[in-house]
Amino acid sequence: MKQVTIISGKGGTGKTTITAAFAALSSNAVLADCDVDAADLHLILKPVVKKTVGFHGLEVATIDEEKCIKCMDCVNHCQFNAITEDIKIKYEACEGCGVCELVCSVDAATMIQRDSGLLFESETRFGPMVHARLNTAEESSGKLVTEVRHHAEDVARKREKDVVLIDGPPGVGCPVISAITGVDLVVIVTEPTLSGIHDLKRVIDVANHFEIPQAVIINKKDINPKKCSEIKSFCEIYNIPLLGSIPYDTSVTKAMIEEKAIPEYDKGNVTSSINEAWAALRNVLNLSMVKP
Amino acid sequence: MKIAIASGKGGTGKTTVAVNLAISAGNAQLLDADVEEPNANLFLHTKFSEEKKVTVSVPEINEKQCTYCGKCSKFCAYNALAVVPNKVLVFADLCHSCKGCELVCPEDAVGWRNREVGMLRRGEQNGISVVEGDLNLGESQAIPVIKAVKQEINLEKTVIIDAPPGTSCPVMEAIEDSDFVILVTEPTPFGLHDLKLAVDVTRRMKLPFGVVINRYGVGDKRVELYCQQEEIPVLLKIPHETRIASLYSDGEPFVNHMPALKQNFQELLTRIKQEVSS
Repeated sequence: MKQVTIISGKGGTGKTTITAAFAALSSNAVLADCDVDAADLHLILKPVVKKTVGFHGLEVATIDEEKCIKCMDCVNHCQFNAITEDIKIKYEACEGCGVCELVCSVDAATMIQRDSGLLFESETRFGPMVHARLNTAEESSGKLVTEVRHHAEDVARKREKDVVLIDGPPGVGCPVISAITGVDLVVIVTEPTLSGIHDLKRVIDVANHFEIPQAVIINKKDINPKKCSEIKSFCEIYNIPLLGSIPYDTSVTKAMIEEKAIPEYDKGNVTSSINEAWAALRNVLNLSMVKP
Repeated sequence: MKIAIASGKGGTGKTTVAVNLAISAGNAQLLDADVEEPNANLFLHTKFSEEKKVTVSVPEINEKQCTYCGKCSKFCAYNALAVVPNKVLVFADLCHSCKGCELVCPEDAVGWRNREVGMLRRGEQNGISVVEGDLNLGESQAIPVIKAVKQEINLEKTVIIDAPPGTSCPVMEAIEDSDFVILVTEPTPFGLHDLKLAVDVTRRMKLPFGVVINRYGVGDKRVELYCQQEEIPVLLKIPHETRIASLYSDGEPFVNHMPALKQNFQELLTRIKQEVSS
């Protein structure tokens, strides 16, 4: 079983659109939405939830006001400014370290479980999907990403799927690192803009840092032909396979509005370029092209 | 006045709004708090005059005093310490600097050292000062870098904070204490879905906010309908135009080329000033 994460550095380059399109073309994949902060893949894949699991991030402190003698020890020791002057816990600021519980001389501070979100195992028209909802204003999105991946791997093993397609988050920090650690390949979706290229290079550095092989897809290729050739020569120089270039077309937004994956909606240039990219991806991964 | 620019979804145009607003405002300070992908200065080309390291404190174990009792590793909620026979392993990248290990250590064997997690850069050009936070590649914790950026706030200028995408801790850190939040979205199902998440966070933090719709005309009307129903002011619609996309792709702020839009941004600023002072 292979794992592939679709990332981009810069947001809005088309990660989710392309993941959904690949899902439509795959016959033996598990889909995992690891952009747990702003998950959108379900809007296209419309999963039917089969199993829901609670997700708990780091613990959170509580203060028993009856026991509290307002000695301020907890306030003074908290490195996160998560306890107010009148000894109230700021839920969002608490990082769950447990120092307040440790320093409290009257056992008024205790650490309790934090309900941080939900994780779902679902079915879609393209196969099984694992996704999650992080409650707004929660921490630990990296931890939730790891949980989603573990569940997706389990499903893939049980149901003998040959690939886990992971829709990754934007950026280069904690959730991205969790989404790419140990995968077989990252597919970087970029666009021919100054920001797109800048962030492409950053995310390649991160993938190199964790020694993960990379491939690139250029989306919205006709926005800036000059920048497009810049990306192509960059990939050539650094020997990163370019899986394909996808044209900019209004059918992409129209498909999204109809809640369809591109190959279900468009029968023209966009779909054919995505078909080519998918074939190239399977080739890079050494997966057979057999479709039932 | 501090205005934060946020969005749930990435790539909706936060940086575009931040940069064009800063130029239209004139006497502005732009804080790039999207430290995972700091892109604002790609459009402003400010020459940075100052650069300093952003560091966090991580434990350093004095092996002479340590008895390998294991209390520190047992306490650490982040698994940043592991005690093996005659050695304490410190996984510095997992440490949140809570100082708990120092408190539980009976031998006073825990000291602290600084560890670099990112860079802070500063510069000024044409009345706009730029502060950029840049998370070191391979580092996971953006928060300390965002905090360092926000320490540079200069209230003598119109402060514009370019926040990261998403809805979790880095966003909250970036927009906290702002006088007003601009949520940038696009008129698509993804844009709408993530706008609702961003609205949720902003309301939860009790910050006044309004919406800017970017690429107006590309999708459908559902974002506008949602804003109407929720009584959220739509402050500006940036049209979906090839010229704008093309200027963006070359790193050119469009207000420098399209005076009508510059005027729109100045009006937007006036409106926010009125809302904040009322």
